[in-house]
Amino acid sequence: MIAQTQMTGSEIVLKALVDQGVEVVFGYPGGAVLPLYDQMFQQNSVRHVLVRQEGGAVHAAEGYARSTGKTGVVLVTSGPGATNAVTGLTDAMMDSIPVVCFTGQVATHMIGNDAFQEADTVGITRPCTKHNYLVKDVNDLARVLHEAFYVARSGRPGPVVVDLPKDVMLELGNYVSPANVRHASYKPQVKGDLKAIEKAVDMIAAAKKPVFYTGGGVINSGPAASQLLRDLVRLTGFPITSTLMGLGAFPASNEQWLGMLGMHGTYEANLAMANCDLMVCVGARFDDRITGRLDAFSQGSKKIHIDIDPSSINKNVPVDLPIVGDVGHVLEDIIKVWKSRVARPDVKALDAWWAQINRWRARECLNYKASDKTIKPQYALQRLQEKTKDKDVYFTTDVGQHQMWAAQFLHFDKPNRWMTSGGLGTMGYGLPAAMGVQVAHPESLVVAVSGDASLLMNIQELSTITQYRLPVKTFLLNNQYMGMVRQWQELLHGSRYSESYMDSLPDFVKLAESFGGVGLRATTPDELDSVIDEMLATEKSVLCDIVVDSDENCLPMVPSGAPHYEMILGDETNGEVKAEIGDDGLALV
Amino acid sequence: MEETVERHTIATLVDNEPGVLARVIGLFSGRGYNIESLTVAEVDEVRNLSRITVVTTGTPMIIEQIKAQLERLVPIHKVSDLTVEGDHVERELALIKVSASGEKRVESLRIADIFRARVVDSTASSFVFETTGSTDKVNAFIELMKPLGLVDVSRTGVVAISRGPEAI
Repeated sequence: MIAQTQMTGSEIVLKALVDQGVEVVFGYPGGAVLPLYDQMFQQNSVRHVLVRQEGGAVHAAEGYARSTGKTGVVLVTSGPGATNAVTGLTDAMMDSIPVVCFTGQVATHMIGNDAFQEADTVGITRPCTKHNYLVKDVNDLARVLHEAFYVARSGRPGPVVVDLPKDVMLELGNYVSPANVRHASYKPQVKGDLKAIEKAVDMIAAAKKPVFYTGGGVINSGPAASQLLRDLVRLTGFPITSTLMGLGAFPASNEQWLGMLGMHGTYEANLAMANCDLMVCVGARFDDRITGRLDAFSQGSKKIHIDIDPSSINKNVPVDLPIVGDVGHVLEDIIKVWKSRVARPDVKALDAWWAQINRWRARECLNYKASDKTIKPQYALQRLQEKTKDKDVYFTTDVGQHQMWAAQFLHFDKPNRWMTSGGLGTMGYGLPAAMGVQVAHPESLVVAVSGDASLLMNIQELSTITQYRLPVKTFLLNNQYMGMVRQWQELLHGSRYSESYMDSLPDFVKLAESFGGVGLRATTPDELDSVIDEMLATEKSVLCDIVVDSDENCLPMVPSGAPHYEMILGDETNGEVKAEIGDDGLALV
Repeated sequence: MEETVERHTIATLVDNEPGVLARVIGLFSGRGYNIESLTVAEVDEVRNLSRITVVTTGTPMIIEQIKAQLERLVPIHKVSDLTVEGDHVERELALIKVSASGEKRVESLRIADIFRARVVDSTASSFVFETTGSTDKVNAFIELMKPLGLVDVSRTGVVAISRGPEAI
């Protein structure tokens, strides 16, 4: 038996990070993590990015993870450090983003004594993490660290918290390498059942009015899964739509693309879902933003559901053929079976289906009333899209109207280019997430599309952006409202704009300058292009204050409580306008 | 879409570690599932495993969700729905205190005998009975003791195991 060299807990953590291939940690120091920060100081393998609030650290790690496919890493202190991280952890949980978050903890003998900056971190984060650990013995530390990374990235990814008491960081213990750690119980199924896959091919070949409904699971499965999805969609000739989370897995420039579906999805996508006879759900989870009123959701269709998480299946919508497995593996097998059988879709039926879809498309549901006096937010995004479409660009958003407009008007042809808070809907996500993306892709263009209310929720991160010379571009659609709240109040609450007006906003141009960045402003449509050009030409971080129409509504919209095929369409769309919000929608969000 | 509510007994093998019970209970409370009974104890010292037996109610879709959600918990090794996986045996143990004198005291002893309950503590004015059996049997015994001076009940909740040679 070879005697192992003993290491301190802090050394073990840093060694584990290196062995897990971690390049960067987003964090904020404090009393309980001082030993770890001292260790961080004495090495050059892992880079630390100092945020300005712990919530920003988790969103930055999420942005890093989503744009690279790697696991994002966070390091915060005990007590308030950990509680500040909770929103970001919940966000990563809802959107299935792999994040490992190290939290400091008071020394083991003080746990439970209401010590200074003590919080029951594993208790608080239990429901908002995929798994969490409190390490009380330094000799468990290395195993737990490797397990944490394994759990975070395997199966349906998610956040994992490792709570590290201060004394454990100072004690001496043994290190084990990742190769020597095997998880005893957590072994998610990645290969789909072959019989089910054969059946899926039968159903796909027989379909007359099919649609692919895809989601974030395709992105999470990796770039190969996106490629396989493209292959299958091409082989079948079926129309395809995607959730907010899945944008980019299939190219928006392809003619089989129907646009996003759901509450603010396109008319053609939602009607295709409502009227299809076969729905192939790939890595999506029948979220309430997609289904609308559940008992009216796509009643006439057979449904295939591919998901790595068995608990996503039959949760909201009963499906006819569940396939549990990793999207990439399952799609690969479906294509193999399809090709080996020399299967062909029902071309004649598909032609009729496409003719119907093209009639829905002809309504041009995204049309809006143009203006030469005020900047329409949709127009601003169209110009941004136009001027960035040939660039190596990543977009993040905050939450609200601007987010939905961005999803409608920015077009993604590649996966991992679109970072937005989908499940939790976290205002304040966009700026720190963009920071994380820029750290991962220093040479690329990173644009945070934001709103005036969301941006202020994590505005402090402009300071981080300056410190690390991150050239993040913030594209602020400033309507001086919590726009989505205002829109709902207009549609559902008799235009009583209760507390949704943002009075006393800062001068965003000066604000950007005070943080050491560049501030630009556009107030009329003819100023817009030059502001975007200047933003793109500037090497430093830029905040563009785009003053947009305050009263613009984000349409189309499936009102809460309505079936997913009853949409409110704008006045500028072709055909008659319909759909109203019933009283039963009031209680829903 | 009115669906029938079913009662299921679910057995799980979990790592015997701090917080594992909180994960299971938090899952049920966080997602609004019912717990009718829950028991937990270590069953395998070598592999450090505990067995949690949950009796729950819900529509078939909810029951399926509960099992899938349990399986998703990282420290869970095995989830087994005993109600659908063939015959199984369910038992509960209860300690039942009856405070009575005279004819009622004698009657309580007589009924205990019928139920094969044992007296595990006795004072001049009280008995503690120990009874094991199905939930229904324990319920019936408690009902009969109520008019005779029932003062306290402690029950283990359901433990269950499948019939036949197979393990969980």
